[in-house]
Amino acid sequence: MSWIDLGAIEDVPLRGARVVKTPVGCVALFRTAEAEVFATSNTCAHRNGPLSEGIVHDRKVTCPLHNWVWSLETGEAQGADEGQIATYPVMVENGRILIEGDSVRKRNAA
Amino acid sequence: MEKLVVIGAGMASGRLLEHLFDAAPGAFEVTLFNAEPRGNYNRIMLSPVLSGEKSYAEIVTHDDDWYAQHGVTCRFGERVVNIDRDRKIVVGENGEVPYDRLVIATGSDAFIIPCPGHDLPGVIAYRDLDDTNKMIDTCGKPGARAVVIGGGLLGLEAAAGLRLRGMDVTVLHLSGHLMERQLDAAAGYLLRADLERRGITVMTEASTKAVRGTDAVEAVELEDGTMLPADLVVMAVGIRPSVAVAKAAGLTVNRAINVDAQMRTSDDSIYAVGECVEFAGQLFGLVAPLYDQAKVLAATLLGDDAAFMPKQLSTKLKVTGCDLFSAGDFAEGPGREDIVFRDPARGIYKRLVIEDDRLVGAVMYGDTADGNWFFGLIKDETDISDMRESLIFGPAYQGGSSVDPMAAVAALPADAEICGCNGVCKGQIVEAIEGGATDLGAVRATTKASASCGTCTGLVEQVLAATLGDDFTLPTAQPVCGCTDLSHEDVRRLIKSQELKSQPAVWQELGWSTPNGCHVCRPAINYYLLADWPVEYKDDPQSRFVNERKHANIQKDGTFSVVPRMWGGITSASELRAIADVADKYDVPTVKVTGGQRIDLLGVKGEDLPAMWADLNAAGMVSGHAYSKGLRTVKTCVGTDHCRFGTQDSTGLGIRLEKYLWGSWTPHKVKLAVSGCPRNCAEATCKDVGIICVDSGFEVGVGGAAGMDLKETEPLVKVATEDEAVEWTVASIQLYREHAKYLDRAYKWVGKVGLDWVRETLSDDVERKALVERFDLSQTIYRTDPWAEHTPRESASRFAPLTDLTLEAAE
Repeated sequence: MSWIDLGAIEDVPLRGARVVKTPVGCVALFRTAEAEVFATSNTCAHRNGPLSEGIVHDRKVTCPLHNWVWSLETGEAQGADEGQIATYPVMVENGRILIEGDSVRKRNAA
Repeated sequence: MEKLVVIGAGMASGRLLEHLFDAAPGAFEVTLFNAEPRGNYNRIMLSPVLSGEKSYAEIVTHDDDWYAQHGVTCRFGERVVNIDRDRKIVVGENGEVPYDRLVIATGSDAFIIPCPGHDLPGVIAYRDLDDTNKMIDTCGKPGARAVVIGGGLLGLEAAAGLRLRGMDVTVLHLSGHLMERQLDAAAGYLLRADLERRGITVMTEASTKAVRGTDAVEAVELEDGTMLPADLVVMAVGIRPSVAVAKAAGLTVNRAINVDAQMRTSDDSIYAVGECVEFAGQLFGLVAPLYDQAKVLAATLLGDDAAFMPKQLSTKLKVTGCDLFSAGDFAEGPGREDIVFRDPARGIYKRLVIEDDRLVGAVMYGDTADGNWFFGLIKDETDISDMRESLIFGPAYQGGSSVDPMAAVAALPADAEICGCNGVCKGQIVEAIEGGATDLGAVRATTKASASCGTCTGLVEQVLAATLGDDFTLPTAQPVCGCTDLSHEDVRRLIKSQELKSQPAVWQELGWSTPNGCHVCRPAINYYLLADWPVEYKDDPQSRFVNERKHANIQKDGTFSVVPRMWGGITSASELRAIADVADKYDVPTVKVTGGQRIDLLGVKGEDLPAMWADLNAAGMVSGHAYSKGLRTVKTCVGTDHCRFGTQDSTGLGIRLEKYLWGSWTPHKVKLAVSGCPRNCAEATCKDVGIICVDSGFEVGVGGAAGMDLKETEPLVKVATEDEAVEWTVASIQLYREHAKYLDRAYKWVGKVGLDWVRETLSDDVERKALVERFDLSQTIYRTDPWAEHTPRESASRFAPLTDLTLEAAE
């Protein structure tokens, strides 16, 4: 496993998100608590809404376009909706946010 | 006898010496250096000394007799200048001491913010007895004021102690809530409320700019310009391991002195223990691991096998009288679930964090009796799947009880105001019920509660249910969302009457079932708080829908639309030129004229927004708020200026209203129009507020709509002058702001409360003027251009991607 430094935890607003551009597409980086982050695909599986613009509550995000709610932990749609978005391993170490490098590298690049 | 030199007489080295003298009396000839002019005392107990509950003598751990009895040569009040490792000598200010083995236990220093004035007399840290005595001395001065910088454990202890000694105390904290490392926002709110009840002023998100004063401290200046007069400034923003001596001696030092599991430094005959130690990347501040280290080091010095292992820690925090407990990892890591319990009546908050059927973290406030039980479950990694349902109630309740959905209303004190229109408190309603008024109609008839605008009906029914128990069937009111059983109207009323001024206050006092709400309640609560407490509450962008956070409308492809304001629909050649220029510069694919008499630029990329706003600002234009639940447009016709039928200056009135109202937040969008004559070219009769000018004055109508529903405005009042028309318009919008449910357009609200009530309320001259005053107060804060608040550089960091990993991959 290789971890890539994305930035300082303070660069992501509390209960907010920032986008990270990666070879596998835009990844949304969410900060749900003082030192808790999650990364998922930035694209809503319903109609491609930008999830990083949604309201972050508990460990979930609500898509700004049609209010689909996604679990940031599992990537599963919540409530009556059904669907799945990609999630990526991230962690916080010494105030820095790290993402697992292989997960955002193009699979066919090797 | 082996010569052992110890630098620092703190709690860790004190414990070390106890172990050594117990296990092998006479094995070492000890010399003990201490920069403080005294021996070892229980530093944790400085707070009771500060507050006057204990004396210094009571907290001394080792007195002169003890040192004499064990043959310790004390060199107190003497600093160590350096360590000569080649000659194995410690050089003190008063001379050299040879050692066979050396223990460094220098502890830590307080971190002093290097702001201007930090070295003025009267600025102190809170580390030792001298600091404590200085604080106590200042307290003697009548009317003395203290500012404590840092709302962590130490700072709050200092604040509580100083307050107990009668000082006027303000705590400044950089983060959004107190003790953010140990507590979440809800527990932080309860702690703050507790401290405020004791007369301590708490300011969060307060950044210190400078300490002011000529010969001594006179004031603390904040970044926002606020000046806080102060006779004493206590800096309690953190500690740093004290490693200067070790570093100068060439020992391996990272953040602190590196040691192995035997507490050995990079030099075989030098050891370190306590807060100045770094082991496996970790630093240690709490007393439990320091005592573990002392035990291991004693064994090492005596040639026994022992290894230091950091343990899972719990903190039971005692901020003189506030009961807090936190243990384990309650904030970090994926794959976790929360169980939240709130009892507003008793000020209790508990939160458990569960991962893989195991408890991994706990935060408790108000009732920490079960803390050790939870801590045991965390340490032992007990499988809690069987008791999950009732886990939060603690060991005594295994088997279960359920939470009362009416707890929030039942918990209200008798003097809590339920009906704002008629000033009826809960106690009066309960009295009426006990006097035989056992249904809503009877309560209305006897107390007038909910008999006017009716928005408190749900609360009155809840009081009935709470008082009568099973004898009253509660009609099902629509709750705000899954986080609460209360309706919008109930929540609004309680925010006012209980003076709830923050989101954590609402979540706690009204018994929210989720840690921090959801996408349905957060924008609503954020609006209610800023509408009711414009000065005290700070708008939370993270509780807003994306459009209001980005000051632009999100489109279905994720791009945005930008609409600059055109006051009353009037523009100019230079404004149009500036709009054309930004359309070219940012490749705007679509430019459209809107129904609100302005121009919409559609298809703008998110990262271009700040630069585009700056260009439009430079041309004198501001945000049109075309995205907000707030004032949108005031549509006008050309009125008397050009039209041969115009009766009044409708354009001028429209511009005046738009300049008055812009920037204000409302429950839903608000659109106005002013037509210059009854031909109504501005279509004023389908607006939230519509004004039709006639020869004899102005007809003000409210509650029109031309959206999902089509509705004509209802006549509110006819007035003779433009000033009166403005006053009635503003007052009616403020009444709507104060009473309506979030996301109810004005016509829906008027439909619920009735036009008669609206007219009656506004007809009262005193009330109408008071409404305008409250609107004016709110506008002192919110009548600003959100576009201008973003410099392109600052907002690039918010609107652009955090990182671009595709670039790295290409290399």
